[in-house]
Amino acid sequence: MRITCPICGERDRREFTYQGDAVALRRPAVDDMPEDWDAYLHLRDNPAGVTRDLWYHEAGCAAWLVVTRDTVTHAVLDADLVSRHPGGAA
Amino acid sequence: MADPAAVLKPLSPFAGLLPSTVGNITLSGVHAGHLTLLAPLRGKDLAAALKSAHGMALPAAGRSTGKDGARAIWFGHAHILLMGPVPDPSLAAHAAVTDISDGWAVARLEGAGAADVLARLVPIDLRAGHFKRGHTARTELAHMHASITRLGETAFQIMVFRSMARTMSHDLVTAMEGVAARA
Amino acid sequence: MRLGKGGQIDRSQRIGFSFDGHRYEGFAGDTLASALLAHDIRLVARSFKYHRPRGVLTAGSEEPNALVTVGRGGTQEPNIRATVLELSEGLAARSQNAWPSLEMDLLAMNDLAAPFLAAGFYYKTFMWPRAFWERVYEPLIRRAAGLGALSGQSNTDRYERAFAYCDLLVIGAGPAGLMAAQVAARSGADVILCDEDTRTGGRLNAETFEVDGKPGSDWAALVTAELAAMPNVRIMTRTTVTGAYDQGTFAALEKLAPEVAARPNTPREAFWRIVARRAVLAAGALERPVAFQNNDRPGVMMAGSVRAYVNRWAVSPGRAVTVFGNHDGAHRTAADLMAAGVHVAALIDSRPDAVTDLDVPFYKGAQVCDAQGRKGLESISIATTSGIEKMRTDCLAMSGGWNPTVHLTCHMNGRPTWNADLASFVPTPDAVPGLVAAGACNGTMSTHGCLAEGARIAAAALGDLGFKVPDMALPQAEDAPYAIAPLWAVPGKGRAWLDFQNDVTVKDIKQAAIENFRSVEHMKRYTTQGMATDQGKNSNVAALAVLADATGRGIPETGTTTFRPPYSPVSIAAMGAGAQGAGFAPQRFTTSHAASVAAGAPVVEAGLWYRPSYFPRKGETTWRQSCDREVTMVRNAVGICDVSTLGKIDIKGPGAGALLDFVYTNMFSTLPVGRVRYGLMLREDGHVMDDGTTARLGPDHFVMTTTTAAAGAVMRHLEFVHQGLRPDLDVSQCSVTEHWAQFAVAGPKSRDLLNGLLDAPVDDARLPFMACGDVAVQGIAARLFRISFSGEQAYEIAIPARYGDSLFRLLIARAEALGGGGYGMEALNVLRIEKGFLTHAEMDGRTTAFDLGLERMISARKDCIGKAAAARPGLVDPDRPQLVGIKPIGAVKQLTAGAHLFEKDAEVTRENSQGHVTSVGFSPTLGVFLGLAFLKQGRARHGEVVRLVDHLRGIETLCEVSDPVFFDPDGGRARG
Repeated sequence: MRITCPICGERDRREFTYQGDAVALRRPAVDDMPEDWDAYLHLRDNPAGVTRDLWYHEAGCAAWLVVTRDTVTHAVLDADLVSRHPGGAA
Repeated sequence: MADPAAVLKPLSPFAGLLPSTVGNITLSGVHAGHLTLLAPLRGKDLAAALKSAHGMALPAAGRSTGKDGARAIWFGHAHILLMGPVPDPSLAAHAAVTDISDGWAVARLEGAGAADVLARLVPIDLRAGHFKRGHTARTELAHMHASITRLGETAFQIMVFRSMARTMSHDLVTAMEGVAARA
Repeated sequence: MRLGKGGQIDRSQRIGFSFDGHRYEGFAGDTLASALLAHDIRLVARSFKYHRPRGVLTAGSEEPNALVTVGRGGTQEPNIRATVLELSEGLAARSQNAWPSLEMDLLAMNDLAAPFLAAGFYYKTFMWPRAFWERVYEPLIRRAAGLGALSGQSNTDRYERAFAYCDLLVIGAGPAGLMAAQVAARSGADVILCDEDTRTGGRLNAETFEVDGKPGSDWAALVTAELAAMPNVRIMTRTTVTGAYDQGTFAALEKLAPEVAARPNTPREAFWRIVARRAVLAAGALERPVAFQNNDRPGVMMAGSVRAYVNRWAVSPGRAVTVFGNHDGAHRTAADLMAAGVHVAALIDSRPDAVTDLDVPFYKGAQVCDAQGRKGLESISIATTSGIEKMRTDCLAMSGGWNPTVHLTCHMNGRPTWNADLASFVPTPDAVPGLVAAGACNGTMSTHGCLAEGARIAAAALGDLGFKVPDMALPQAEDAPYAIAPLWAVPGKGRAWLDFQNDVTVKDIKQAAIENFRSVEHMKRYTTQGMATDQGKNSNVAALAVLADATGRGIPETGTTTFRPPYSPVSIAAMGAGAQGAGFAPQRFTTSHAASVAAGAPVVEAGLWYRPSYFPRKGETTWRQSCDREVTMVRNAVGICDVSTLGKIDIKGPGAGALLDFVYTNMFSTLPVGRVRYGLMLREDGHVMDDGTTARLGPDHFVMTTTTAAAGAVMRHLEFVHQGLRPDLDVSQCSVTEHWAQFAVAGPKSRDLLNGLLDAPVDDARLPFMACGDVAVQGIAARLFRISFSGEQAYEIAIPARYGDSLFRLLIARAEALGGGGYGMEALNVLRIEKGFLTHAEMDGRTTAFDLGLERMISARKDCIGKAAAARPGLVDPDRPQLVGIKPIGAVKQLTAGAHLFEKDAEVTRENSQGHVTSVGFSPTLGVFLGLAFLKQGRARHGEVVRLVDHLRGIETLCEVSDPVFFDPDGGRARG
């Protein structure tokens, strides 16, 4: 598997650390409803198809990325810096 | 200090490990001078400051500037590594300046087949047409975070954390043996 | 027998080798199989299940029968296919899967018991009684079954792995592959050309075809020479592309030539990851056998392989050969044998309308229905329209047609497409992005067709990549049609073999269908068809054709099983190359490592780091003696400990304070410059992630310390929080862990020691508890932190790592002069347990600030990571296990970590567990074992007596629950 880091270019998967759904960028406020926090912390979709998740270019430039990929075809559709997605915006 | 044993003596990370030559390829430790991390501050002009203080352009991602003894090497999404000179105090107004001179082991791998040696340990595209002189990459070298810079047709600079100097030497020399054996 | 002339062998180079202890000679260019056949050795192996005598069937990597073992001890390797094992001087190969010998294998009685060992017999026979499975059946089966054996010793060979990149990867160097590579190379693209064979040419080396008026193998050599001279081409022979993976990544196994691998420090195999922008699959096709009674007799071989032995190795596998096939191509075997002067007893073609102009006894519309000769073929039975005819022959060359090698196109979940004209599966286009099939693997069966398709497909791929493709004339070559009429299994009563390696017969497949294992995947698992090391390369298609017939479906409806990597076996050693011994993981050594080892300290692994366990002194015979002495030394004098392995992160910029306030539960933006504060870090789910001290060195400059274990995770976390959640902050962080060598100087005499060393002395006024500042040692700038993980008056001094070795030796010498010395991990642990300080034994990923008694550290004045979740009722439930101290008060004075706690008089059951012990150590200070534990409602139970039970070590004792801080609870000693 290869991911195109927006900073470093296309790199082998082994340079990246997987973190989980990009929903982690949509952090609720501290006093938001428990349901919001529950959804943020624990509820995850498991799509057969397009998904957005977080990868850390740990053995590379140390940028955090939102990677859009297809869990069925394994196609990597996009990889972008998390800092360009404030609040988890797509 | 009358007692010579009580005098602090500097030690290179590769003391007792390098240089090592196998076939045509040599791996040697480099005394790189000062290593200074520069993290640009927002709204400031590190490029101009670096140019005027050290005569080097600010390297873009994956690039290095300068020459032997005074280089600026791109070192990750947030950092430039100034290698060689004592950082000019004027830089501090434009970047977070951090001395990491002793944090990294700096080695030079040189000789025909050096790229083949690296290709045994490093997962990036090292072809001469793609990773040219002055190109640099943050990547891994056999599970170690590394900085690799092409210095010439058959010469690379390799950096890993200081504590891993022994593993790096071992892994590179092993790879050098594998390449030399096929020659 | 070896033919008198011809072949691509070097008759001037004789090579001595042995098989089962007998010495033979072959020639350079031979494989073990060709050399054995040259010596008329037909029996080379025993089969897996029935231990039937078997001979060489093929001339390639698909070989199911001729598996041998090479090497002894640490270099032993089983299951090497003799058909691809290059002959080398002194090669000693042994047959396997036979006892006591290949000729007389007692396990062949399985063959007599065959009626009881049919498909599914494992499932039926060994069901009952249940208890017999582990004690009787499994050991028995394990002794009888298996292919080859491991030595049980550590592999002493060297293996290598490597990465390679190219524009076009060409898989297979036959006519299609060579042509594709030539087009790409001349276009200027970077090309990698891989072939599993020792030489390029593919079938051109095995056939008598001409290309451009030259023998095909000569043409291949010419093209190869042109390619080899080009800087943009890498030719990798002996290299099998074993798998196709995501985003153009391919795996390939390179076996080094024996004479290269024999050199010192040389790998035997290299496992490559090749990244290609485009790939051409030109892997050719595999010939398939025809199933008939006893078609597994040694001497029954593939027709194309017989041609390979005759044409390439100048070996005739028999003296009176019969040829049996269902297409025109098989006739070439008879023609080539006759041209080589070998007697052809008959040519048998199952097609009623077949014709030949060869001068041989010709049987059309006939089938071979039986073979005789247990250890070597003696005769065959031919079913003709006029009855059964028996014929003497010592070699039968059979062909049921060719199966395109579609494997790689199916590695990403693709399925091949049935082609009725070819009676084969062909690749489904675009099954692997960027990979296109060309030549025989795409169902193109003539040499001309292969050349044309290789050129065309390479040109298309290169055009996509923006290369300008030069005009090239196609070489002239034969373009004969491939006229085939399907023939899978000859009707008959006896056992007709499909999967030679796993001993699966036509009957077994039919049995599976009868028992309703009708899905091809079920049939496979029930019969083990295609599940041996050859993965059914030459049998799967015939097996599913038989299944299709038995279930009354068509072949396309029946479908194929899943093709998975690797295409051919890859040793685990190759996949794990480089990870043997010191290559397993990076080793991290502190600057004090050499001095510690020189002092006799045993080292322990702490993650990737190596740290001293204790520093033994004369007269100390156990670690406990050293540890007790070191603890006492720190409490009474001064001790030195290398703490460089703790993570140190420099955090700089106007946003530094705000970032720290957000990642720590407590406030750091209010910390004065020159001061240090203990911080607690949570995960967003409210559980504790890490702790440590952070010092403020300037208005916009902090240095954070993390635990050794969490250094990487905390760095990752900081980057995530900054980049992902607080990109508004102008701050940067970088690891300075390795720049500083940092030593704890702990104990009542620590200041005395330092003041004899520092260029300017320190005192409590300038450097009170939890303060920090710049100092100098012999003019070298250093940092001094007044922090304590021992509870004593203590400092940590940080100096640039190049001086670490020197400073450590100096500190140890000074400490020893003051009645102290170095201390290791054991003493460090006891010192912190006496003080109730935490490590990841307590912060185990499941504990909260509340559990640890630190909930007051969560500031009410700000948000922070984990704050919302930490306040959830479940995470502050008073019934949760809380951190306590325990001391043994019963007869047994030992505590163990991992033990569970129970109410004193409760039954010791899992349900009654009240908590568990996380850390223990013997405190020489208090003269008793101390433990830290989590106990339900623990903070309210100080003074209570509980029962500790360690089922694992058989220890049980009564303990008194207490506050976790056992020693100097008000912290007066640390303040000095």
